[in-house]
Amino acid sequence: MASESNGHVPAIEVENLRVVRGDNPVLPDLSLTVTGGSVTGLLGPSGSGKSTLMRAIVGVQLISSGSVLVLGQQAGSRPLRREVGYVTQAPSVYGDITVHENLTYFARILGAGEDDVVRVLETVALEAFTTRIVGTLSGGQRARVSLATALLGRPRLLILDEPTVGLDPVIRRQLWETFGELARSGTTLLVSSHVMDEASHCEEVLLIREGRLVSSEPPRELLRRMHADDMETAFLRLIEEEET
Amino acid sequence: MSPRITGSTALRVLSQLRRDPRTVALLLVVPALLVVLLKYVLEGSPGSFERLGGPLIGLFPFIVMFLVTSITMLRERTTGTLERLLTLPLAKLDLLLGYGIAFGLVAAAQVAIVAAVGIGWLGIDVAGPIWLLVVLAIGNALLGMSLGLFVSAFATTEFQAVQFMPVFVLPQLLLCGLFVARDQMAHFLYVISYAMPLTYAYDALARVTTSDVFDRYLARDIAVTAGVILLSLALGAATLRRRTA
Repeated sequence: MASESNGHVPAIEVENLRVVRGDNPVLPDLSLTVTGGSVTGLLGPSGSGKSTLMRAIVGVQLISSGSVLVLGQQAGSRPLRREVGYVTQAPSVYGDITVHENLTYFARILGAGEDDVVRVLETVALEAFTTRIVGTLSGGQRARVSLATALLGRPRLLILDEPTVGLDPVIRRQLWETFGELARSGTTLLVSSHVMDEASHCEEVLLIREGRLVSSEPPRELLRRMHADDMETAFLRLIEEEET
Repeated sequence: MSPRITGSTALRVLSQLRRDPRTVALLLVVPALLVVLLKYVLEGSPGSFERLGGPLIGLFPFIVMFLVTSITMLRERTTGTLERLLTLPLAKLDLLLGYGIAFGLVAAAQVAIVAAVGIGWLGIDVAGPIWLLVVLAIGNALLGMSLGLFVSAFATTEFQAVQFMPVFVLPQLLLCGLFVARDQMAHFLYVISYAMPLTYAYDALARVTTSDVFDRYLARDIAVTAGVILLSLALGAATLRRRTA
């Protein structure tokens, strides 16, 4: 795999992870590796277990068995709370206070200063909205406030659950450029999406379906291997191949 | 735990309240209005208002904070902000104390207004020191807050959270001795009333309003109330799980 050939230390190592909700094994037995300093896409249809995997990596998911190592430490352990930025699918910010008040609060928790608040607002292009009450913003803007809070304190690993859903294409492109820049400056990003074509922005793609990893490789390699022109087709052929 | 994080949590809660002036107005004005209402409702039964008024000053914060906290904490749970906070370097105690400080300040303002109206204007007679009544009232606010926090873990919707008020608060109000002296109730209720935190909170308030002696019963009441606050804060903290299904 690429992670071994280019000499990076894996940022995330998941081994035999099993998560059961009720009687339903959401992740029956999952093992995977995410390379440090890259953008890795986590792709799969909705309900495939993407969010559950991400929650396990952040350390908020109760797991049945297996291990999740993040930056060499047990997922969710205390030192990781400054190193891992997490954005949930639904924006988790306070709707009844302003953008700036939200960011200031989270910045203080992390011990980050006002300069950091200004920096993340610039990154998500919300400088003009600092005094707006979050609840009055559009869904996309709210998602960007949520993303901005995760960038505070420059975490080494960013776990972003569907950060581009419902955003207009211009902003979506800008965000993917931002993700690329963050990766070049040494941040590791794991970005989930159910839109297969977003894989083209990633150096590596993890495809999961029904809680199982069906592929883990650079998108170009997957396309070549499946003789496909787009990720959607590649994914379909991969599933057909699995089932036969 | 860190004073910086506790303090900024309190500031955040206060700025949420500041953006909701209607709630603030209700919090501050309604108890005073109810005391005025009570004064005229009880006009025909001499002595009743004097007996009920003093303790009520201290009981309003309990009821209000129970409700406010259970709803706010439920919101933190359902909007995902609680989960995010727990992935950050924030201690559970930072969150609980942050809420305690913010709501404690609101309770203090609420008590100041209702005490000014009740004692200053309507002539409620407080035999003991007024500052002790105010301290007890703030203590009751914290008691309501910590119980509200604890029960919010058992509600999944705001409807349920609101319904916890008649379930947890009303029976305690009926049994605490405010409406009927506890020894005049059916014996089994009298026994049960000993297990209710509000019984001790009310008893302390009633003692302070009727006598200026600080005796061991008052000390016992205060100790039990403080103990229940700490216990339910600990139980509340236990419901804040970093890992969930």
